Amino acid sequence: MSVAIDTTSAKFAEYAHPEVLVSTQWLADNLNTPGLVIVESDEDVLLYETGHIPNAVKIDWHTDLNDPVTRDYVDGAGFAALLSRSGIKRDDTVVIYGDKSNWWASYALWVFKLFGHEDVRLLDGGRDLWIAEGRELTKTAPEIVPTEYPLIERDDTKIRAYRDDVLAHFGNPLIDVRSPEEYSGERTHMPAYPDEGALRGGHIPSAKSVPWARAAAENQTFKSRAELEAVYLEDGAGLKPGDNVIAYCRIGERSSHTWFVLNYLLGLPGVRNYDGSWTEWGSLVGVPIIKGTEPGEAPAPRR
Amino acid sequence: MSSNQETIQGLIQDFQGIGIKDRLMLLLEFSENLPVLPPRYAEHPDLLERVEECQSPIFLFVEIDESKHAHLFFSAPAEAPTTRGFASILHEVLDGLPAAELLHVDDDFPNKLGLAEAVSPLRLNGMRAMLGRIKRQVREKLAA
Repeated sequence: MSVAIDTTSAKFAEYAHPEVLVSTQWLADNLNTPGLVIVESDEDVLLYETGHIPNAVKIDWHTDLNDPVTRDYVDGAGFAALLSRSGIKRDDTVVIYGDKSNWWASYALWVFKLFGHEDVRLLDGGRDLWIAEGRELTKTAPEIVPTEYPLIERDDTKIRAYRDDVLAHFGNPLIDVRSPEEYSGERTHMPAYPDEGALRGGHIPSAKSVPWARAAAENQTFKSRAELEAVYLEDGAGLKPGDNVIAYCRIGERSSHTWFVLNYLLGLPGVRNYDGSWTEWGSLVGVPIIKGTEPGEAPAPRR
Repeated sequence: MSSNQETIQGLIQDFQGIGIKDRLMLLLEFSENLPVLPPRYAEHPDLLERVEECQSPIFLFVEIDESKHAHLFFSAPAEAPTTRGFASILHEVLDGLPAAELLHVDDDFPNKLGLAEAVSPLRLNGMRAMLGRIKRQVREKLAA
């Protein structure tokens, strides 16, 4: 059962898909609405335990969404087991929120979409805005009634790109959402973040640099549609409606945030997230790399 | 076995003896008990060294006293409980040790706590990096 969408925000109404966001006030008013499950997904695996939105369940990007052995997401059976034990039904509305401008929440939402969960939304402003507004947090774990989430095979064809898709994609827009230092190749990982390892520095040829956080406002909400258009469309990164876009970062988490913005807020269809990202590309044998601040020319596509 | 090795063995048994969820709770307890910085560092964050490998900002500083014992100081925000938990474990194991003994602490002990399954191996890298930096500061200060 799907829950009514949040129609209270003039900002949301401007977006291509206003139904994918809810405001903190809307969520506060719907904490106990049947058919709604709130999910917290953070970078820090313990943050949920220090206090969370009432009734929220926790889903961790490392320990829940990733396969523990293969570098991949959980499969259909794994996802069904995760959602069943989290008390989520296939037709539930899921509102995800998290730390750091919903960076990891976006990543979780993207994985939910690989499995075609219909109604998944983000809490605009995430955990930090909820706290900044002095709203209720609790350490009490919600009572979860396990469900029987159906086994759905993951669909990697529509919103996910593999390295071969990137090689075949040259000539179409690529967006690199990492920091300027990572883009230029000065460093292979984010300042002050762990190095997951990449043997070479730089960026994929022709990729434009648009650090992901340019889509987020000071208070961690998404910027308005007009502001986002200035960043990504003609006057910014030059994307056009109808473009086939691939976004990437280091392991695919920051680019999930950009994927969310391009796909739902600006309504560009055909945006994919290359989750192999720099930790794969920067260690692949024989793929082209550009160093420095210029995007560089796109090589001939390899198919 | 030195008393420090016993501390480490005890800690490993504490973590390994409980389920994955309880290991997280124990880590949370550690994070809540990370000692606050004394004023001389709280007022001079420039004296602390940033641990780049950690996911969230953490700063650390080692002092060696006249009797060559090491004292550790950490600073990490409340929004980074995992990182605070790692720092607090290191504080419990290392603080007050003779510097020479600290340098002999097993570099791999963070891996033996059974936390990789609870927090992921990637996140655990931050704890090993902190241990590496602590030892480096100790070596530099002993040589100075």
